[in-house]
Amino acid sequence: MTTYSYFPGCSLKGTGRAYEESLLPVLRALDVELEELDDWNCCGATAYMAVDEVRACVIASRNLALAERTGHKELIAPCNACYLVLNKTEHYMRESPSVNGVIQNALKEAGLASSGNLPVRHPLDVLVNTVGLDAVRRRVRRSLKGLKVAPYYGCQIVRPYSTFDDQFNPTTMDRLLEALGCTVVTFPLKTRCCGGSLTGTLPEAGLHCSHVILKEALRRGADVIATVCPLCQFNLDSYHDKIAAKWGATRIPTVYFTQLMGLAFGMNERELGLHRGFIPMKPLETSSPE
Amino acid sequence: MKTKIGTVQYESERVEAFADEIRNVPGCEELRSCIQCGTCSGVCPLSIYMDYSPRQIIGMVRSGLKDKVLRSRTIWLCASCYACAVECPKKIRITDIMYQLKQRAIRERIYPRFFPIPVLAQEFNKMARSRGRVTENVLAAVMFLKTTWWSAFGMWRLGLGLVMRGRFPFHLESIKRKDELKRMLKTVDDVTSNTLHASGRRPFKPIREGSK
Amino acid sequence: MDKHDNEEIRIGFYICHCGSNIAAMVDCPEVAKTIGALPGVVLSRDYKYMCSDPGQELIRKDIAEFRLNRVVVASCSPLLHEKTFRSAVEAGGLNPYFFHMVNIREHDAWVHTDKGEATKKAKSLARAAIRRVAKHKALEVKQVAIHPDVLVVGGGIAGIHAAMTMANAGKKVFLVEREPSIGGHMAKFDKTFPTLDCAACILTPKMSEAGSHPNITLMTYSEVVKMDGYVGNYTVTIKRKPRYIKEELCTGCQECIAKCIYKEPRFRDEFNEGLGKRKPVYIPFPQATPQVVVIDPRVCMNFKDGALTNKCKKSCVTACGEKQAIDFTQQETLQEVKVGAIIVTTGFQTFDPGRIPQYGYGRYPNVYTALEVERLVNASGPTAGHVVLRDGREPKSIGIIHCVGSRDRLTNRWCSRVCCMYSMKLAHLLKEHTGAEIYNFYIDIRAPGKGYEEFYDKLLDEGVQFIRGRVGEVTDWAVSPEEEGRLVVRVEDTLAGCVRRIPFDMVVLATGLEPKSDAQDVRRLFNMSCGSEGFFLERHPKLAPVSTFSDGIYIAGCCQGPRDIPDTVAQAGAAAAEALALIDKGYIEQEPNTAHILEDDCCGCKSCIPLCPYTAITFDAAKKKAVINEALCKGCGTCVAACPSGSIVQNLFDDGEIFSEIEGVLAHD
Repeated sequence: MTTYSYFPGCSLKGTGRAYEESLLPVLRALDVELEELDDWNCCGATAYMAVDEVRACVIASRNLALAERTGHKELIAPCNACYLVLNKTEHYMRESPSVNGVIQNALKEAGLASSGNLPVRHPLDVLVNTVGLDAVRRRVRRSLKGLKVAPYYGCQIVRPYSTFDDQFNPTTMDRLLEALGCTVVTFPLKTRCCGGSLTGTLPEAGLHCSHVILKEALRRGADVIATVCPLCQFNLDSYHDKIAAKWGATRIPTVYFTQLMGLAFGMNERELGLHRGFIPMKPLETSSPE
Repeated sequence: MKTKIGTVQYESERVEAFADEIRNVPGCEELRSCIQCGTCSGVCPLSIYMDYSPRQIIGMVRSGLKDKVLRSRTIWLCASCYACAVECPKKIRITDIMYQLKQRAIRERIYPRFFPIPVLAQEFNKMARSRGRVTENVLAAVMFLKTTWWSAFGMWRLGLGLVMRGRFPFHLESIKRKDELKRMLKTVDDVTSNTLHASGRRPFKPIREGSK
Repeated sequence: MDKHDNEEIRIGFYICHCGSNIAAMVDCPEVAKTIGALPGVVLSRDYKYMCSDPGQELIRKDIAEFRLNRVVVASCSPLLHEKTFRSAVEAGGLNPYFFHMVNIREHDAWVHTDKGEATKKAKSLARAAIRRVAKHKALEVKQVAIHPDVLVVGGGIAGIHAAMTMANAGKKVFLVEREPSIGGHMAKFDKTFPTLDCAACILTPKMSEAGSHPNITLMTYSEVVKMDGYVGNYTVTIKRKPRYIKEELCTGCQECIAKCIYKEPRFRDEFNEGLGKRKPVYIPFPQATPQVVVIDPRVCMNFKDGALTNKCKKSCVTACGEKQAIDFTQQETLQEVKVGAIIVTTGFQTFDPGRIPQYGYGRYPNVYTALEVERLVNASGPTAGHVVLRDGREPKSIGIIHCVGSRDRLTNRWCSRVCCMYSMKLAHLLKEHTGAEIYNFYIDIRAPGKGYEEFYDKLLDEGVQFIRGRVGEVTDWAVSPEEEGRLVVRVEDTLAGCVRRIPFDMVVLATGLEPKSDAQDVRRLFNMSCGSEGFFLERHPKLAPVSTFSDGIYIAGCCQGPRDIPDTVAQAGAAAAEALALIDKGYIEQEPNTAHILEDDCCGCKSCIPLCPYTAITFDAAKKKAVINEALCKGCGTCVAACPSGSIVQNLFDDGEIFSEIEGVLAHD
């Protein structure tokens, strides 16, 4: 049983609940425990950076310091934005002595310190590269054979820091999905931005970004889109009516990759939070659990 | 005072120190290397909605056309997907420069009053600072209230859908040690303002172009 | 015992004003006065310009008049005028090594701002020189004979031209080429810019001449594996790879190819960039020189895993008939040649566009490299000059992307110099062959050569569309019906100020030029350096572009940096000229500041041998002593310092000379 520090981020406690709901049992089934970071604070995401980059790093660093204090070797951040911000903060701490100075100073005020070297990893990375695809395959109770999945990584998990996969054509999730028995469709838009927060603030731009992804996934013959980020899932899943009104219907469900894993592991839909999405997945072909 | 003829840019309108100011921020040092190749605009998924392309913004920053840059729609449309930064042949961190421009526009209050994006950023900031966490639905509500409040009505279906699916928390999230966070942020207030100088060296004195 | 040992030392000291370069900071008359009072100094002058003719004449006259036997000049850097003054001293009848030069310009006047301190320093330096020069011994410049033959490594246009030039001058040339035929990259081109000359038509006559020139020994399918020796006397070992054909018996009739048991060509044709297929027995291209076939043991039926099995019917041997040119028992051999100079013209390799995944090379079948397109448009190429896509369709719209793997901090920083021009050339040829809509996507148009800008003009006139914008991505993601099933280029048209999506049937990548992947190995072989980008390093970027830091080794062509054919040929000619200058002199002069070993003191510990960067020290096993080859020694001093028994002495830098110099600097007024 390995335990990692776990940074959920504001989304996973709010609109992205299903991510946490599916992530924790799936990891548990693979002998990995996640210990939620006590009193973690918001990472700042892209919004805080837009106002004040130094302070954004400062508040993010509090989480790094808290995580280092727990003694666990690594911190897991499932939300792409949190993953990026935490990694970016560590980069600044290592590259810029002046920024590091400000951060350490602020942390000292709270009786904390951060080395800037704590590995912040994404659960996708942990599942495929640490736990391993063999372990995943062994745990599959019900193959998702016949399910065509479009893997959608989003932008912040591969750019600008590609710690565990190729920046242009990542395949970690593709391999994971194949291990579950899915058919992974070729998806050239797998790292194209979904629009981020613009879907809410500037819909004509943001929603269109999401729309093209949905449209292409359908064109490639996918039954479902698998995501790794709560905002991506929200954008691709929640605005179908608005998108249909503007550019035509593109109804395709978007789920978290952990939910697909959970299904493959034989867990039921409700406990994986699949009922929380707006577009439901079509029921899987009944195949006898192995 | 000169009267402006057409679209000509006079030297007096330029802010020469602006380019150096941006260049001195850690991570934005490569600004001068831009050869205006246009790769950034070519890969940017939002570039087709922007008034000035990312390439033009970098060019204008370099030329010290501060006003034009900070008033553009472009800087708000950047979704910070980093596609430009990873493909730039001069390794210019365009996304980080965009963040700098957003920050300056907010600080100098150069944006349309009810423009949602900077308002959202500031409300996010306020909530994260004071409570330590962000409650998404409350944040969205505050944003609508402060901008185009009537468009909130268009979101009723989405809101209801979220409530029914249990993704609409009815309490405000916050951390236990809010004070701690406030104190941490206060130490930053006591140091310099947002602009930090690269590698902690002495502040770079802007040299007038042409005297090299 | 030096005949000068017991002689009274009579030193002449000259301090140069160098106009105001030195005099502005150093009080020259004052220094002259102080030095004039030192023991051994017979004469002390200050003068405005010592390097001028009157200045040198002054030295010459003074030596005779004052019977000087040592001369010291305090002026600029020895790099500039040591030779000048040594000649003046020699003209005065004295051994030139009884002269010593002190740098009080770069080392003193130019780097100080306090006149008092600068003058004091000049005095110390001069005093050191006075004490040192007293210990100088007479030395002779050695002459080493030069072998008149030359080796040219690499048989592309540079190598061919250099070899021809020297062969025509009467020198015996060995031309070594790694591929089965000479011709290099130029043999693959269709037409050359800006004249649109057919590459093969202008190259093959030269190839043919080189192949049949009585003074040129062509060694194809061969590589240099070892180089020993020093300038004028190189011993080079060349590996001759087995063709399994007896070169002298093969007539190039190619019957063996026709009758090979593989009825259809099946294997990747490297010459055609993988676009065509060949058989195990093949000739690289129709005009190959030598006109001899090659058998590839990796795919020939008669071999398995490189070992001869003799399981094949060998219909090729039957087809060859009484010529009996095929010899499956052929082995790799090593051949040694002795030459006086070496010209390295190994050329370049093209950038692998797989390194830029956004452009889709390898993922989308209709993305081509420039070299692949050269083979497509070439009449002797895999499609006989018919430009078709991999599925057989004719392209109606073609996009050419400039700067692939050039001007890019993520891949190669430099500009590859020829891509703008060859992209324009390909645009012209493709338009001619297909009538398609052609787009060129560029950052800057670089057209510096003769007729180049006019060529650009012509292309614009022909209706080729030039879009200034570096392409972001090539994708098969279609947004509109016109894009379905085609390759879409997404780019900002920077001049028009808008982002565009343009669908194409074919995309051509103008890949840049890179150093060959084994450049580091080759440069070590020839004792050369590489620049930071990996191209071979020239001695001086402006004034010595074809020589290297190793005397006798020259470089020419793209192995030194990306360049077009006119510049390559010019460089090859230049390298040949410099090599000829070296050889025709017949001998080279060696600076005598070499090290030698005092045999009696050498204890045979061998510490010095691995330290020598010029591999000048060998071990005499019989005598159990180290031996220095003074012809290779460059006088770096490493072995001298390292020798534990102090038995290595360096001329002009022996202990006595160095210590006296130190004493001179430290002595007080």
